[in-house]
Amino acid sequence: MNPLTLSWKNQKDRPLQMLLTLLLFGLGVGLIALLISLNTQLDEKFKNNLAGIDLVIGAKGSPLQMILSSMYHIDAPTGNISIKEVKPFLNPKHPLVKLAVPLSLGDSYKSFRIIGTTHEYVDSIFRESVATGKLWEGLYEVTIGATVASKANLKIGDQFHSSHGFADDGINTHDHGDGFKVVGILNKSNTVLDQLILTNTQSVWAVHDHEAEEKKAPAEASEEDHDHDHDHAHDHEDHSDHDHSGHDHGDHEGHDHDAHDHADHQAAAPIVKPLTDYPDKDITTLLVRYRNKKDWRALNMPRSINENTDLQAASPAIEMNRLYSMMGVGTDALRNLALIIVIVSGLSIFISLFSSLKDRKYELALMRVMGASRSYLFFLIILEGLLFAILGYLLGLFLCHSGMSLLSGYLEEAYQYEFSGWRFFKEELWLLGGSLVIGFVAALIPAFQAYQTDISETLTTY
Amino acid sequence: MLRTQQLEYTYPGNKTITFPDIQCEKGSQWLLLGQSGTGKTTLLHLLGGIRRPQKGKVYIANQELNTLSSTALDQFRGKNIGIVFQQSHFVQSLTVGENLQLAQTLAGHSANPTRIKKLLDRLNIGDKIGDRTNRLSQGEQQRVAIARALVNSPGLILADEPTSALDDENCKEVIDLLETQAKEEGATLVIVTHDSRLKEFFDHKIILE
Repeated sequence: MNPLTLSWKNQKDRPLQMLLTLLLFGLGVGLIALLISLNTQLDEKFKNNLAGIDLVIGAKGSPLQMILSSMYHIDAPTGNISIKEVKPFLNPKHPLVKLAVPLSLGDSYKSFRIIGTTHEYVDSIFRESVATGKLWEGLYEVTIGATVASKANLKIGDQFHSSHGFADDGINTHDHGDGFKVVGILNKSNTVLDQLILTNTQSVWAVHDHEAEEKKAPAEASEEDHDHDHDHAHDHEDHSDHDHSGHDHGDHEGHDHDAHDHADHQAAAPIVKPLTDYPDKDITTLLVRYRNKKDWRALNMPRSINENTDLQAASPAIEMNRLYSMMGVGTDALRNLALIIVIVSGLSIFISLFSSLKDRKYELALMRVMGASRSYLFFLIILEGLLFAILGYLLGLFLCHSGMSLLSGYLEEAYQYEFSGWRFFKEELWLLGGSLVIGFVAALIPAFQAYQTDISETLTTY
Repeated sequence: MLRTQQLEYTYPGNKTITFPDIQCEKGSQWLLLGQSGTGKTTLLHLLGGIRRPQKGKVYIANQELNTLSSTALDQFRGKNIGIVFQQSHFVQSLTVGENLQLAQTLAGHSANPTRIKKLLDRLNIGDKIGDRTNRLSQGEQQRVAIARALVNSPGLILADEPTSALDDENCKEVIDLLETQAKEEGATLVIVTHDSRLKEFFDHKIILE
């Protein structure tokens, strides 16, 4: 009969008390482990998706919202900006900007977002490549992320219609021509790229222009009307600033024709015209990478954009740090709660051992008579405390990981982010250490009491 | 086997009891008879190394108990002395067999299931080996307690009031049992009691006053 078997049998003899103590301990440990898992995985997602972007330029509004929507694709965009406003940044000879990638958001398919952009988004920002097929070339051609392919069950050659907005409610489905056509599937990158449907900016415009025309042939819809006003207002500014870029090709009507030609004939000829040819068209944001991050002029750029233009510029790193510090309050509260639960469960181990010791006083004296030393009894009670801690810890890990895999399903649905429930972290080893310390400390006083048992007195008084 | 020299014990209230010198040969059987308050249980605890005397010496198999350290005394007791208490107590969470196994391992021996099985069979409770001790009758519990005292083949068996709660018939049966089992193991038996019915069974008697 080794001490471990004995302590296990002693605890098993009081199943309800043991269950309560273990549950309490398991809940505390589980909550902490869950926070660790969630925090680490969120952190990884955010870091992976930073992708070396130094600045995001978009419409005025909440900078955090702009970052979330155009870098992590989890919030609605702040609005649109016209190409002529950002034309200077699209110039490849800009002294500070090494790379500027436009993004046009607004549509989705089965709640996967459709992004109008350039090949640089894949090549230069995420440094990824296609697994099969090719990157989009012509109008309505799309290249999809790995997760989109598996979850929405799309293959090369498949066609689909997008819906307006990001919710998959089936009401706002666009009904244009034959819809988008899948021409390529990207490698899995464990970034947000996996969840995106990528096409060229012109395709995103075409979908909306086509629809706008069908819906309001006789009278101009108020929304479109507003857009026109807006565009005109900016036209004037544009003329005064930089009229050298030859924007007379890219007037509104001209482009509409382009789009229709392609859609009607289903030709997928590559689109080669640069975006700067469409100064009146809108994009959602521009992702910018500096030539030299440490250049003081680059550091001043966001402020000067925010102060001198109708645009908004925000640094992803700064905004994400702000978000962390805001979320931090909530996580701290949860962590403290979990700590309190663990401490209470430590207390419950203590009470459980202490009260069982009263019942077992005679037993302990008897064991001394049978040859057990004082330190054996001390060791036995400590072992019972550690046993609680280890079992509680295992229960906690089980709760955490099964909880996380449940949660990951929900998170994936809500945010299009993948989380793994069965990934283990080295912090969980620390947690084991912490659990053992709590079990040990909780058992210390009862164990010392067992150590001090006066056998003669105990045997005569009971 | 068992020898005491000028044994004296002082209680916390300064009451001192002096015990007569005892000398028991190996395999002999003794009755220590005394009324309440004569220090019977104290003497038993002194003999069993459960309590240390302030004065005098206890020798068991030529080993003086008081010279042993606490841990060594525990080991010595486990190996050489089997004690049957007035009330039968066991480790609640264990079965009859496991309780005997515990007695073996705590004394520093390895578990010996054959020995346990044989012993229980000899005491007619072989079928109770897997039962929890609290499911047994009083008589069965006492037999298990005797089995536990015998399991490590100690040289000395001490019994504290083993018959005080029993009627005449059961009293005789338990004494028979203790006598025969002690003889079988070749152990010295010392029974401490106030039960004068036992006088007729023993030749060696020490009366405490």
